[in-house]
Amino acid sequence: MLGAVLFPIFNILVFPGFLFLSVMGLIAEYVDRKLCAKLQNRVGPPFYQPFADFVKLSAKQEIIPHDAEGPIFRAMPFLALAATICAFLYLPIWGRSALFSFEGDLIVVLYLLTIPTLSYFLGGVYSTSLFATVGAVRTVTQLFAYEVPLFLALLSPALLAGSWSVSGIAAYFGSHPWRWCFCLLGFAVAVVTALGKLEKVPFDIPDAETEIVGGIFTEYSGRLLAFIRMTLDVESVVIASLLAAVFLPFGLGLPPLLGFLAYLLKVLLVVALLSLLRTIMARLRIDQMMDFCWKCLAPLAFLQLVACLVLKGVLA
Amino acid sequence: MSIIPIGPQHPALKEPESFLISLDGERIKDVGMRLGYNHRGIEKAAESRTYIQDMYLLERVCGICSHSHSTAFIHCVEEIAGLQVPPRAKYIRTLVGELERIHSHLLWLGVAGHEVGFDTLLMYSWRDRELVMDLLAMLTGNRVNYAINTIGGVRRDIDDEQKAQILKTLGTLEERTKYYIEVATEERTLVDRLSGVGRLSKEDVLALGAVGPAARASGVARDTRKDDPYLAYPELDFKVVVDEHCDVYGRTLVRVGELMESYSLVRQVLARMPSGEIAVRAPRRIPAGEAISRYEAPRGEDLHYVKANGSDKPERVRVRAPTLANLQAVSKMLEGDNLADVPIVIAAIDPCFSCTDRMIRIDRAARRDQFARRIDGVRYIEVKTDTEVLSWGALRELGIEWYRRRGVDFAELNKKLEASPC
Amino acid sequence: MIRPGKMLLEVLEEFFEKPATISYPARKVQMPPRFRGKLVFRAEKCVGCRLCVKDCPSEAITINKLGDKLFEAIVDLDRCVFCGQCADSCNQDALEISDEYELASLDKAELKVRINRD
Repeated sequence: MLGAVLFPIFNILVFPGFLFLSVMGLIAEYVDRKLCAKLQNRVGPPFYQPFADFVKLSAKQEIIPHDAEGPIFRAMPFLALAATICAFLYLPIWGRSALFSFEGDLIVVLYLLTIPTLSYFLGGVYSTSLFATVGAVRTVTQLFAYEVPLFLALLSPALLAGSWSVSGIAAYFGSHPWRWCFCLLGFAVAVVTALGKLEKVPFDIPDAETEIVGGIFTEYSGRLLAFIRMTLDVESVVIASLLAAVFLPFGLGLPPLLGFLAYLLKVLLVVALLSLLRTIMARLRIDQMMDFCWKCLAPLAFLQLVACLVLKGVLA
Repeated sequence: MSIIPIGPQHPALKEPESFLISLDGERIKDVGMRLGYNHRGIEKAAESRTYIQDMYLLERVCGICSHSHSTAFIHCVEEIAGLQVPPRAKYIRTLVGELERIHSHLLWLGVAGHEVGFDTLLMYSWRDRELVMDLLAMLTGNRVNYAINTIGGVRRDIDDEQKAQILKTLGTLEERTKYYIEVATEERTLVDRLSGVGRLSKEDVLALGAVGPAARASGVARDTRKDDPYLAYPELDFKVVVDEHCDVYGRTLVRVGELMESYSLVRQVLARMPSGEIAVRAPRRIPAGEAISRYEAPRGEDLHYVKANGSDKPERVRVRAPTLANLQAVSKMLEGDNLADVPIVIAAIDPCFSCTDRMIRIDRAARRDQFARRIDGVRYIEVKTDTEVLSWGALRELGIEWYRRRGVDFAELNKKLEASPC
Repeated sequence: MIRPGKMLLEVLEEFFEKPATISYPARKVQMPPRFRGKLVFRAEKCVGCRLCVKDCPSEAITINKLGDKLFEAIVDLDRCVFCGQCADSCNQDALEISDEYELASLDKAELKVRINRD
């Protein structure tokens, strides 16, 4: 009886919930920054840097602008963090099933991952600062650009597997090994749109430092900024886990420890890919990004969808 | 419609200047400029220092084009005094000037990369710039503010070992610059950001008086090294890099083209360096007279004016930096662009506001119609039509009154000053 | 050919190179011979002409007379711009420029360096 109550709480707070995700997020941020530095012929930060940043930011004074709406402004970082952690509970870490799963949880995960973007938008608008308003408008505009290719790319393996549940997809690919190789085009499209979701170069338009100072995060400081950065790190881990679970579902039958290592490797591989992409490109303008996403990424994702439909007919 | 302030403090600007961008969505409707945040009173300070002390003061007008300002000032003084600078000194000045151009253009490449979010280009080009800074430190004794000029020549000579080191480094730099030309012309995201923004037609360049790479990218072949040669340039063989793109992409191509020309110029200077002494003796008192000198700084044409009155201090020193001539063109360039283009367009003229902010007197009453007809939609500094020139005493009183009105207590401050050890 | 990701190969090559950053203060770079650092004053050669004081752009050096043919120099390290003009102006070789550049200090009194014969 007590176990039935304690175990979910342990899952949500410690593993694979808040504590595990925070630590993974810090590790992912370190990998990203260190890799980017090494590629740029620099030394890069030491391994404790993300944690030190979090601690230092939490100790700083929070300055709320005079005209900002206090409660909503303060709540937005935590809303984003909560939604991202919730999305993680439906993703399989090792093995073929997640903590909680049901038919249709792929769609729920995707919508839960949209909530951070909307909360950034609200936070930016309620900052009542010029730069934050421009950044907020850009966030939502960017959302319209990358949502369609991302959804289409993620739906292709779901179509092949015949299941709307992430755990179901993992189970299907687990029993039919090597079929995930058919979805690699979708994987490429998903990685590029993940750059848009996570607001990294070339799609870091809402947070363009040299154009609008901090964009949506201009007015955040102190503990709120620490949690926003934590949310961004956790978001990158969650999206990497989602991509790993849907597009790279191999090695799922291994014993727990090896399976966990395989999961870590897959997540770090996706994070490293994102980091490599952001090192070699410049930032696009918002109109150029819309052009690229609608004229190039969306057709490619659609092509992958059609290929999966055809394959499903052939393989059945 | 909102007004976004770019500056005075903004990550896009390396130095403070205020641009008030009126936006309609993301489109720019109008640009207002306020200058003067970096005014330090150098021209006035130059009047109370001797010529030798002024050399070091004028050098610090700007950190990146410090040799340009120093040489232009020295040219004026040497012309008034009638000194004949030995040829070896001219060649050494040209050498340092071209090395400065190389380091300035590499710096610009990195800054342009940073403004469009391409940090890798920034890191790589600034790493290669370190090679040039090391060369300059080896030649002159300092990485910035070289202080190699003295009235009548140069202070330090160059020996064969240093020549060999320069040639070796040039080989590495040429290879890296060819790679940057490839990246600038073939990297899709970079070309997309640089093309089609900051357009300035040839007529606009001539009407607004733009200089330097900003003018040469619109097809106007204006280069002081060819139009009005000085130092060793009459004897050197180089071409003026001109481009027809008329936008930021053209300015990029002009600057990397000039980098390649500078490498060839340095090689020629080292090969043809004449022997002889490096300085002639200069008098402390410069006879009365006035002179203007022009110098092709990395950013464009730099103009200096010196008036001497027979004593050992100049009577008036006036500096017209190239960025001042290019700033008026920025409003025209930004017409019809997006907010996202503002940093890269401003960076494309290679702004150096430290050079620019001198005292400018605009007499609106006399020339109002001329300005309104020629350049529409550009707002200038608001000045009263009856401008007055303040004397030292009046300026001091004005300053004291300004602070007193804001509640500063001078008695407290005086007590603190007397109590401190220095 | 214009394509995105032109720098990919170069970036991957640089991954295996040594970093270009020098980990100061663990490792320090040797300055070139002509580097202009802190001023060195040889009191035995000074004759008190004060040409250095006259030519200094920032009034950083003062020469005091301590006795017959005995002079001392007071150098204000926070005013000195390290131009080296004083060393060039001196006809007696009493001033020399060293390559010491780590002159930062938390105590302002330390920056006023008094140099005399002992």
